[in-house]
Amino acid sequence: MDKFRMMFQFLQSNQESFMNGICGIMALASAQMYSAFEFSCPCMPEYNYTYGIGLLVIPPIWFFLLGFVLNNNVSVLAEEWKRPTGSRTKDPTILRYMFCSITQRSLIAPALWVSVTLMDGKSFLCAFSINLDIEKFGNSSFVKGMSETEKIRLLARIPCKDLFEHQEIRVAATRYIKCISQACGWIFLLMMTFTAFLIRAIRPCFTQAAFLKTKYWSHYIDIERKMFDETCKEHAKSFAKVCIHQYFENISGEMQSLHCHRSGQDDSGDEGEDKRSDEDKLLGIRAQDDMNKVLWNWHTSKPALALRKDQMDGENSSKLNGKINEGFNGFANGHAHETKKREWAVYYSKV
Amino acid sequence: MERLKLVLQYFQSNSESISNGICIVLALVSVKLYTSFDFNCPCLPQYNKLYSLGVMTVPPIIFFFLGVLVNRHTGVMMDEWMRPVGNRSKNPAVVKYLFSAMLQRALLAPMVWILVTLLDGKIFICAFSVSVDPGLFSGVPNNTGLDVIRIMAKVPCKEDVIFQNSSFRKAVSRYVRCYSQAVGWSILLFLIVLGAMGRLIKPCFEDHAAFLQTRYWSNYLDVEQKLFDETCVLHARDFARKCVVQFFEDMTEDSILHLPHPPFISNVSERWEEEEERLHGVTRQEQMDQLLNKWYYGKPELDVTRIAHRPRPCLAGGNLEPTYLLGCYY
Repeated sequence: MDKFRMMFQFLQSNQESFMNGICGIMALASAQMYSAFEFSCPCMPEYNYTYGIGLLVIPPIWFFLLGFVLNNNVSVLAEEWKRPTGSRTKDPTILRYMFCSITQRSLIAPALWVSVTLMDGKSFLCAFSINLDIEKFGNSSFVKGMSETEKIRLLARIPCKDLFEHQEIRVAATRYIKCISQACGWIFLLMMTFTAFLIRAIRPCFTQAAFLKTKYWSHYIDIERKMFDETCKEHAKSFAKVCIHQYFENISGEMQSLHCHRSGQDDSGDEGEDKRSDEDKLLGIRAQDDMNKVLWNWHTSKPALALRKDQMDGENSSKLNGKINEGFNGFANGHAHETKKREWAVYYSKV
Repeated sequence: MERLKLVLQYFQSNSESISNGICIVLALVSVKLYTSFDFNCPCLPQYNKLYSLGVMTVPPIIFFFLGVLVNRHTGVMMDEWMRPVGNRSKNPAVVKYLFSAMLQRALLAPMVWILVTLLDGKIFICAFSVSVDPGLFSGVPNNTGLDVIRIMAKVPCKEDVIFQNSSFRKAVSRYVRCYSQAVGWSILLFLIVLGAMGRLIKPCFEDHAAFLQTRYWSNYLDVEQKLFDETCVLHARDFARKCVVQFFEDMTEDSILHLPHPPFISNVSERWEEEEERLHGVTRQEQMDQLLNKWYYGKPELDVTRIAHRPRPCLAGGNLEPTYLLGCYY
């Protein structure tokens, strides 16, 4: 148990290693599923190929889709793709980068399933036993008198130990197909590794500067989403506290306020501080419609990536803010905002 | 558990030992893969050699690529090699050092696979049983209808019918395995002697001072890249927090502006200052893009005199006004 706890702690330390952890767990799950799965070839000419190849191809597709489902970044990608442009331009390279990294992680478990299946050889044996040339494998006099369909039916029974009588030929044919299957498996692994090598080791030759940019902004989008959720949670908590406090005040009227003045003399300081910090956390949003507008606009019109410089002196900051707002936020009433910001600048100065 | 934790902590202490740790893990994975791989000799004259040599050479290639991929130094080396000169001159010795370090580490797992296959012997038996002269051994099964080549090709397969009650197969296998192990031990001895000679003779030929410099600057590049990534992550976090709060502020109605003092500023002004400092003045998308672009196209020179000797504010006398005195280190 201790080992598991330590592993979980390490994996949850940051988002990347968490995703790598999920990826590793899925790979192990796919290997475990293969060994636990009882492969039973139907040993009939019509169904062998479908069963063998189906077992090679369909579980990887399932694992690939499962990888997409378990990856948190898929919803981030979908949101970034579908949102209206608003004040923030959309960058297609970021979408491509996120899609590529999600796809790379999701491809590991399917690749492992395919390699384990090929190395084991059973699915190839089931699928291709009817294509064998049985004369190569030993004394095949028993097939001399058979018609085509009977021969095929006989060959289809090779994968099943109990149904095929001539053990020597069966063993030789099994070995042969398994050898081909393992060769395919190794070549598949070599191709995947070589492709990964090309992508990761050779890519810096081509697009390093652009890559730094896309990496930063895709990570930023993820963090911003988390920050927004955190801020909303804090806001909801403070909103609830203030709302309840107001409700009690309204309900009990003067008695409550009298009670507060009498008994609250000693700890009025703390209460006052708490109340103020809750009010602070409201960030000025105090009504349901306002909050709805905030949440609606967060999706339909994301803010521009430009922070106001609030520490500068009054005039400069107001001019800068006005320009920034006109340039990037595209407000029609830029002038009105200029006046508003000037008021704030006065409050922010440290004098 | 404690030992495992200590070992993990040791390996994570610096980037060189992380690379060594990963290299050793890859070597262990290659041994485990060999033991769990179900070696299946086809026992047919045309395919034996092909299969065996394939199993002996393709996995080492795969492990080599994997070793290059998972090594952090690969990325650092490629960055340093491909970057434009900018303000920082390029040092080819550093690139060479990183390349040779990466190559040495990537070659360990393939060598381990090859040595394990040779010492085990199955692959040699599969490949070369056809080339053995059956006359050296007694008990050749000659009642089957097969010719000699096909009989020899079946030697690697234990369960084959023709070898029942016959010690011929075991004798041939032992003979070929003996050769295989001899080759394996010779290769191991050769590699060890090469390594020892290299270690002993190297100081005669190289300039140790230059080597110290190269090693320092390669380690520096690695640490610098890590720190840049970390700083970007921290910056993104602060940028995001501010962007979200700013968005909330923008959405408020006029009511908040009629208050005498925006309430959310008073308690958080200190934290706000700290966060503004962490932004290092980069507050817009274009600025950030320019910063990242410049990091690649015009890497800064290796000179931190300006920031190391920056005058710090200190409190002088009784007044609380910060004054800037050169050489004041409070």
